[in-house]
Amino acid sequence: MSKADAAAAILWVGATFYALFGGADFGGGLWDLVAGGPERGERPRTLIQRSLTPVWEANHVWLIFVLVVLWTAFPPAFSAIFTTLYVPIALAALGIVLRGAGFAFRKSIVGLQGRRAMGATFAISSVLTPFFMGTVVGAIASGEVPAGGNGDAFSTWLQPLPLLIGAMFVASGAYLSAVFLVGDARRAGDEEMERYFERRALGAAVVAGAFAVAGLFALHSEARYVFDRLTSQGLPLVILSLLCGAVLLAVLLRGGRRPLRPLAAGAVVAVIWGWGVAQFPYLLPTSLRIDQAAAPDPTMTIIFIVFAIAAVLVLPSLGLLYTLAQKDLLESEH
Amino acid sequence: MPPLDPLPLAASASNLLAAREQMAFTLGFHIVLSCLGVALPATILVANYIGLKKGDEAAIELAKRWSKAMAVTFAVGAVTGTVLSFEFGLLWPHFMDRFGAAFGVAFAIEGIFFFLEAIFLAIYIYGWKRLSGWAHFWSGVPMFVTGIGGAFSVVAANAWMNQPQGFTLNAAGKVVDVEPLKVLWNPATGYEVPHMILAAYMVVGFLVASVYAVGMLKGRRDRLHRLGLLIPLTIGLIATPIQLFVGDTAARAVADHQPAKFAGMECIQETGGHQTEYVGGVCTSDGVKAAIPIPDLDSFLVGFSADTKVTGLKSIPADERPPANTFLHLSFDLMVGIGTALLGLGAWFAWVWWKRRDIPKTPWFLRAVAVSGIAAIVALWCGWIVTEVGRQPWIVQGYMRTSEAVTDAKGIWFSFGLVLLVYAALGTTAILVLRSMSRRWREGGESEEAGAPYSPPAEAAP
Repeated sequence: MSKADAAAAILWVGATFYALFGGADFGGGLWDLVAGGPERGERPRTLIQRSLTPVWEANHVWLIFVLVVLWTAFPPAFSAIFTTLYVPIALAALGIVLRGAGFAFRKSIVGLQGRRAMGATFAISSVLTPFFMGTVVGAIASGEVPAGGNGDAFSTWLQPLPLLIGAMFVASGAYLSAVFLVGDARRAGDEEMERYFERRALGAAVVAGAFAVAGLFALHSEARYVFDRLTSQGLPLVILSLLCGAVLLAVLLRGGRRPLRPLAAGAVVAVIWGWGVAQFPYLLPTSLRIDQAAAPDPTMTIIFIVFAIAAVLVLPSLGLLYTLAQKDLLESEH
Repeated sequence: MPPLDPLPLAASASNLLAAREQMAFTLGFHIVLSCLGVALPATILVANYIGLKKGDEAAIELAKRWSKAMAVTFAVGAVTGTVLSFEFGLLWPHFMDRFGAAFGVAFAIEGIFFFLEAIFLAIYIYGWKRLSGWAHFWSGVPMFVTGIGGAFSVVAANAWMNQPQGFTLNAAGKVVDVEPLKVLWNPATGYEVPHMILAAYMVVGFLVASVYAVGMLKGRRDRLHRLGLLIPLTIGLIATPIQLFVGDTAARAVADHQPAKFAGMECIQETGGHQTEYVGGVCTSDGVKAAIPIPDLDSFLVGFSADTKVTGLKSIPADERPPANTFLHLSFDLMVGIGTALLGLGAWFAWVWWKRRDIPKTPWFLRAVAVSGIAAIVALWCGWIVTEVGRQPWIVQGYMRTSEAVTDAKGIWFSFGLVLLVYAALGTTAILVLRSMSRRWREGGESEEAGAPYSPPAEAAP
């Protein structure tokens, strides 16, 4: 494995964490959006807010990590993506601002009117942000980003595949979030909420699966390189993802109380790494290879050192944060 | 995919202006919040420490309230900081393409600090109820360290733009080798980093103190207000004299490292010794109009001798001179002026405190503290204007012009307009939210808040 390949793997690790934790936080926003009026939606919203509050900012940092590794380790890829897909990227940035601000403000004000406005801002942007991020990923996968950048501002991502991937991002975030919230409801001993989010996890799983199947057809016609590798080298990961999804569905349908989170996470992680394997050795299929975009070796060494420090310091700290949050030692009402 | 037609020259010049305005505006907005991220943790921990050590309820209450305010400002700062990362690619893609491999090193390190700060901030802010006193205090200490580490990394990246080194370019201008330590420890790091960290402590010290000064002027003279004024004010007043020393050193270094920037700041036209220091005024190519001139002082400040030769703008090629000289000069003077006034405020306070262990009795002291927060923020903005406008026309001093770095994307004026609208709403809401929290604390006495997202306000204020 070359240094550049190792740096690309680090990029993928960051993207995986962001998809899992950041994705679930966006999904929480979607469930907040569809929870209904103030009375009916109060209980699910409270649960969502409690589980998001202490962790969403830390989860958000994975996005910064991905951006920084991309522009430091693979500067031409960063520049090509940002000069081509600037419309969905700018819309995602707008969504990030509105989502974070809306969420933070909602907890800190008391007037019902203000809370509803902030809550709506948070919830709507929680749906739009992952959608636009998904279109960016879809456009990259379908080879629409030229290595030199400055691709068309619209036709590159307003295509079936990027739009489907956008929808899949939203659905899989909703799926992860619902599964995580089932666990939170169980811990809180709230059986009604447990059922509530089980039903939603089931629904989101079916929708995400449907988008994934449609995505495979679009991949076949729009991203042949990625499709071919996904169905050969990437096939074990695709099967693993399907397996995780199927077992999770079975557990949900039978109403068992087995742990759901590893299965849901496994399904999503397998897809992300399947995509990585399918793109290899390209960062921008099929115009820019990993080694062509790579920064000089000393820069890569810094990326490895930073990643090692992150593994030694950040991951245990994140673990501490999640543990404290799961043990209800962090009061989320403030 | 057919390639885009190259934009006409007029359109890309307009892009440059729009992109610079948007960057300046979003950075100016974020920099205030990042000061809070850097220096508010230490301020809170001081209050927390006093509270735990002396069993002082008022100090604990202050630490609680400030940490809840920080939850709001950190959230806004996290998203406005994210916008800046996006803007590197959205506005300056060619800069990142060429120099990301070198300049990115500092940001990779910053990522670690930001991560740890976000984690421990959450533990500290939400750990008030269930964690024991000292465990909770120590969970907050990493925020103090990561705030300083994060500021170091980001400002080192900016210092590198002013004094780039630690990379090798090939004939095509591509970075082919990088020396990360030289990137981080460039000649400007040593003065830019402490200058910014001290600025953060001044902004936070004076800003928080000004809130309590306003309260005291309205007749709220309890222990909470007294401590709320004294703790941050002391921090600001300790930082100020050190800052004037660091800033003076920085100005001398700029005169040496970036003579064009220095000439712009001081409106120096002709190279030579015996340079007059101009306070205020309007810069023209015939010299400074309507300023207060102090003969020889500029040369003296640069080299401790009236004979010190200082480079003038006329010795610098016309296309390498910074723009907007008057703006640059007045920003510099205003920054120095505010810093000096804050030093005076500190001297006044220290004298009275030394004499009779109390804050000056006259309301004019509280009025001065009440405006000191805004003044410190204005000085902060002025300092960044000097750094950034003074470096123009370069984005990487001597290596890349800002006009070469800017995106060819369409619609930058539109995005700037949208940013103005969204940030105006964001800033207004943040201030309204903080004010309503403060009102609630005053009325409710305690820093309790409502639980459920949409529960009626009656539950919040018992």
